[in-house]
Order: sequence, then C-alpha cells, then structure tokens
Amino acid sequence: MSTIAPQFRLSRFIGSLFDLIFWVILIFSLVGLPIVFIVLFYIKLPVINNQLMTPYLAMTWMADPSRTLPIVKSFMHTTIFKVMAFPGFGFAALLAAATIFVERKFLAKMQLRVGPLYCGKIEGILQLMGDGFKLMSKEIIIPAKADKPIFWLGPLLFVGAAGAFVSLIPVAPGWVVANPNVGLLAVFAVIGFFPIIAVLTAWAANSKWTFIGGLRALHQMVAFEIPLILSLLGVVILSGSLNLSQIVESQEHFWWIAFLPIGAIVFFITILAELERVPFDLPEAESEIVAGWLTEFSGMMYGLIQLGTYLKLYAFAGLFVVLFLGGWNGPMVWPPFPQDIITQGITIGPVTAKFPGLPLFDQDMLNGTLWFVIKTVGVILLILLPRGVFPRVRIDMILHTGWYKLIGLAFINIFIALGLLYAGVLGPGGLLQ
Amino acid sequence: MTTQLPPGMHLETVDDKIMTLNVGPQHPGSGHMRLIIKVDGDYIVSCDPDPGYVHRGEEKMAEYRNYIQNIPHLERPVIHDSSNILYPYCLGVEELLGIEVPERAKYIRVIAAELNRCIYILYWLAIYGIFLGHSTMFMWPAGDRELFIDLLEAMSGARVTHAYLVPGGVRNDLPSNFEERCLRQVEYFEKRLKEYEAIFYQNPLLKARTEGSGILSRTDAIRLGTTGSVLRASGVDFDVRKKEPYDVYENLDFQTIVMKEGDSYARSRVPYLEMFESCRIIRDALKKMPKSGSVRTKLKPNPKGGNDEVYRRVESGRGAIGYYIVSNNRPEPYRVKISVGSFRNLICMPYLLKGEKLGNMPAVYWGLNYWPVEADR
Repeated sequence: MSTIAPQFRLSRFIGSLFDLIFWVILIFSLVGLPIVFIVLFYIKLPVINNQLMTPYLAMTWMADPSRTLPIVKSFMHTTIFKVMAFPGFGFAALLAAATIFVERKFLAKMQLRVGPLYCGKIEGILQLMGDGFKLMSKEIIIPAKADKPIFWLGPLLFVGAAGAFVSLIPVAPGWVVANPNVGLLAVFAVIGFFPIIAVLTAWAANSKWTFIGGLRALHQMVAFEIPLILSLLGVVILSGSLNLSQIVESQEHFWWIAFLPIGAIVFFITILAELERVPFDLPEAESEIVAGWLTEFSGMMYGLIQLGTYLKLYAFAGLFVVLFLGGWNGPMVWPPFPQDIITQGITIGPVTAKFPGLPLFDQDMLNGTLWFVIKTVGVILLILLPRGVFPRVRIDMILHTGWYKLIGLAFINIFIALGLLYAGVLGPGGLLQ
Repeated sequence: MTTQLPPGMHLETVDDKIMTLNVGPQHPGSGHMRLIIKVDGDYIVSCDPDPGYVHRGEEKMAEYRNYIQNIPHLERPVIHDSSNILYPYCLGVEELLGIEVPERAKYIRVIAAELNRCIYILYWLAIYGIFLGHSTMFMWPAGDRELFIDLLEAMSGARVTHAYLVPGGVRNDLPSNFEERCLRQVEYFEKRLKEYEAIFYQNPLLKARTEGSGILSRTDAIRLGTTGSVLRASGVDFDVRKKEPYDVYENLDFQTIVMKEGDSYARSRVPYLEMFESCRIIRDALKKMPKSGSVRTKLKPNPKGGNDEVYRRVESGRGAIGYYIVSNNRPEPYRVKISVGSFRNLICMPYLLKGEKLGNMPAVYWGLNYWPVEADR
C-alpha cells in the first residue's frame, strides 16, 4: 500500500501557522518568561551611566540609532567577533562555501557539462545548502569494531585544527584572530597535526581501506611537510620576521614571489599534496581504496571533514597570499567614507538623522580585505584547476617528487634568498627596502 | 581441540605482512566481480579474479527460444556493444538456414557494428579515465557517446540494446537523411578525438603512471590466449576483420592498429586509435554502399535448421566473439556456446598484477578491456 500525500490547501496551511504561533506564545509565556526572570534574579547586572543595565534597557539602547552603532562597533573589536565572524570562522566558511560552488561550476564548464543547475533557481546556487541539510539528516554509521571515542573525535579534531590554521591568517591590517610573533612556526605546528589526525581516524575505523588510506596520507604529508617548511625559509630570511603581519608589511613595495619564484612553485605543489587534491589525491583514491581514510565516515561526520578540508584550502591559499603575494597590500581603490554623513548626518526632508560612530570600518581595512579576497580567490582557482586536467599519481611517484626534487628546489630557493640578503639587495637594511 | 578438516582442504598460513583485500563486488574500482588481492606493503603478491556474479544463463536460455526470439536477449551481456555481440549469431544462423543477405544490408550492418564499437570504446575510455582519477576524461567520452547513440537511435529506434541486426539482414532501412548526418557526426567526432590526445594520452602524469606497468610480452599474450586490443597492444597483428573477413570488410579500407610495448599505456591507446579506423570504415562504407535496395531477406515463419553445426566469429570492442551453434532439425538451436573476449582477457590478470604496485591495479585491470557482464554471460 502506498501513501499519497494530501493535496496542499492554503486555508489549512494558514490555520496550522496560527496553531503554531499560539503554541509558541503559550510555551514562551509559561516556560520562557519564568526562566528569564529566574536568571535575571541570580546574575549581577552591570551599571552603565548610573543606570542598571537590565535586558529591557539594553534593548532600548539597541533600538536607539545614536547608541546602536557604538555598541556594534565595540562588539566588532571583541575577540568573540573575530573568532566567529570576520577574520575567523564565519569569513573562512563563507569563502569556503563560495569555493565549493565555484569549483563545481568551474569544473563543469571544463568538462562540457552544466554542474548544479536547479537548486536555488539561479545556476544551482543553493546546491551546497541542500547537500549540507542532506548530510545533517543522514544516519551516522560507525563500524562495530571501531575505536569509538577516537573515531568520534577525528572530525572534530580535523575541523579544530583547520580552524586554528584559519585563525593565524591576517586578512587586513590589525584584523587577525591570533597574531603571535612566531606566527609561521605556529602554522607549521598546526600543519603537523593533520597527518596525525588522519592516521588516528584511519586506525580507529578498523578497516583495511581506511588503514591503507591513512598510511598513504601519512607518507604523503610527511614527505611534503619538509619541502613546505624549507620553501618558506626564503621568505623568513628576506623579511626578517616570523610574524605573518610583519611579513605582509615587509612586502609593501615588492612581493616576494618576484624574488623567490622557485619557493612559490615548491610551496604551491606542497599545498596540493597537503590538501590531498588532484593530482595528489591518492589517500582518497576511489578506484583503488574506496575513499581512503574517509571510507567509514557518514552523515555529518563526513560533512565536518569536508568543512575542515575546505577551511584548510582557504587557509593554505591565504598563507600563499600572505607569504608571496603581498597579503592585503594593493592600490587604494576603496572610496573613502563620505565626511558629510559623519559631520552633518543624512537629511531626508524635514528629518535629519545623525549616526555617531561612523564609519564602522576604516578605509584601510576594507581596501586590504578586498585585495586579500581577490588574491585568495585567484590562488584557490589555481589550486582547483589541476582537478580537471591531471590523473592521479602513484605513491612512489609522489614520494620521489617530495623527497628528491622538491627538497632540492627548496634548498636552491634558500640559497637565492641568502644571496640576495648578503649582496645587500633585500632584507633588513637592503637597497630596495 | 583437534579439528579434522575435510580431505582436500587446508588452512591458509597467515603471514602478518600480507593483507588480503577484497576489491569488489562492492567497490568503486571493480565491476560486477571480485578481485581477491594480497598485498605486501604497496606490492601485490597475488591476485585471484572471481567472476560469476552476473551469470544469467544466456546460453541455456537460447536453447528454449527459436532463432528470431533469441535476438533480444543475446545482446544483453554487453548492451553498449549490442550490434557486435549479435553479429556472429546472425552470421551463424544465416549459414545454418542458408539465407542470402542483400548487399545493402551488409554495408548497413558494418556501419552499425562500427558505430557500436565506438560507443563501447568511449564508455570503456570514460571508465579508464575515472579509474586513473582523471575526471575530465570521464565526462568527455561519456558525453561524446551521444553523437553515435543518436545515430543508432535514428537507425534502429533504441538508444541501447538496438536488436538491429537480424538473421537475413537488418531490421529496417536507414532514415532518409542518414548519410549526410552520419558524415557530419563522424567528422565532428574525429575532431573531438584529437582533443583527447592532448588532455589524456600526452599527459605526462598518465604516461609516467602507465608506461612500463603490467607488461604482457608477445609470447605470453599468445600463450594465454588473449584477444582483441590486449593482443594487438602486445605486438600481435591479429584482427578478425582482416584475417577472416566477414560481410564486406574485405572491400573496405582500414588497417589494424598494433603496438609493440604491451604495457598499460599501449593497452589504453590501441582502442583509442581503433576509433579513427572505425571512422574510416564508416566513411568508406557510406561511399561504397548501394544507394537503394532490399535490406532484409524474409525468413519463413519458425525456421528450422538442419542437422548441422556452425562456428562464426567477429571482432568486437573487446576482441573476438565466437558463436558455436548446433541445430537438430528443430526451430530452437540445440546448443549455443558463446566465446567472448572479456573472459579470455581476464586470464591475464593474475600474471600481470603479480609484483605490481597497488596503484597500478585500476590501470591494469581496466586496460584488459574486460566487461564482467559479458564474461559471465
């Protein structure tokens, strides 16, 4: 027997909406309000401008435009905003989502197909959302003999490590979540976590395919981590700093890619390998080992791994931009904020509205963000390009490339940097600085 | 504690270094079959192919249907190459029943067979591409197949499983503007094929991965009884179309593609180059074809074969397909034995994969031009 869905009726739909609103109000007033009052009774409310800052007063202030903007502005400089929204997770996740969409359409155009088309009416722009909801609603299946705590921990650790990586990338002057003086060392430390997580989850899943995939990931990432670190030493030698923001500031006149092209090429190839992207996607080679170390993940656990992968992609592209392409440096193209609005406000007929606290962002920050985003998107597209052109390589080829060729090239790059430094051309106190 | 094993059985000695992998039947890198692969690190110690998951008893089914009813189900083992798998059956039945085929039908059959060969090879090439992780090479041939599928649809009315070849000719005549349309599609198709060369066959990573892997020497290829592109990639000049020409192949201008290397790269390249030859054959056949005439000799209702037997074979996309048909004065054949190229090429798998790296497994496996459904019949 099959169940036939009842026909849609507008009157019933509206009736159900009213039912819903009724229940929401009822539950809120019976349960929600008492909870709010109990909480208010116990917490200590702050006193601002000689007034007790009750929630009602805070809402009143928020509704007042002359007070809204300073509150929003001060919120934007809190750590929680930086971590969650702008230079941190939200910004990166937005760019990552855009990346996935662009990747699918871009690859589809290369392969003479259309890609996602229907979801969201305009060129399938909501496809990713649909995929996300699908992943969330799927059942999470864990193999019976898996080491469950570590298996559960794997995706969380992966996203955590990717988030830590994202937090180190400076987007605009002063806009970075964590700005340690040993920023580049911190980046190396975070990158070092990924193979460990891959092997841990692969081993915990207790399957042959994940085991082989995990070992492949380990071999590949370890083989490419050394040329990665060596290829960045040239930048450190020339800029004289490990702080990523200072490295960006040192490229105000010249981008390091102009002097260290070999280092940039080596770093780009190692990015492809660290991200397990084509042609180095052999830890996930589906025709040999099903899905490699991701074989046993399902539902949102797989979704988290994918999220982490794309955050990592953004972070690596951002690192490339910061180290070789001058970060946020670029010609000032963002128009300055009109001074009239700050001093005189906006006059519409008889009403003059003043907005103290404007502008929300200064010009440098917006301009820097613009250039950073443009460069990062360019690098991401370059990272995506090989997927349509190359087949997968073999494990012995990848190890040979990593251990012989790239390390040699990275050393040549270091010698070039040292030559430029000791010839007095670049570096602290050099001719061109 | 002492457990007596049945006679003839023995416990396998377990080696800690050896890991057994079941590639298939549920694996993205296998067809409807299983490869039991033992690996030592990254090297394959032994490979044991296990076909038979899609055995459908086509040969037995053929004994319960008459010569015409057999047509639609005999093409099921390989629906992408359905004209070629029906071809030897039609030739054999014509010989058994003593039917003369009209000249125009012979040319149309050749055109259908060559179009179908291209469709099969493109499908095969698409899977070869995705097996090596080259997603563009998956999409392009899968899309370009449509050109010839459309042509065959115009000829026969079906996109796959055409059942177009029948004993006595072909089912129906060509549509009116077929010649012009076919030449246009073939011309465009050849242009597309040249683009594959740049993105796939001249790709340095592909060459590094497949050249010198899974080498099958000329003597081994003959000794193991391989056929089709595998045989020709090992330097043996054997093509049924040339050696035992059937229908009008002897009048047509084409050559056999032979490569000497015998490695995975050669095995992937021979079918690709054969598609150019197929295009040549189609052009030539369209030129030499009689422009009008009958395309089918009508059979008597429920025809009976004599007390006779016949063996005919043709060259398909996967090698020689042979039909051995025995009749005993009845409307149904007494026995139909199908010898297919896929099964004969599968025999090389343990020889080729031994000592190879695990990463070479997809290239070697799919390079053998093996179609599991056809091998199981």
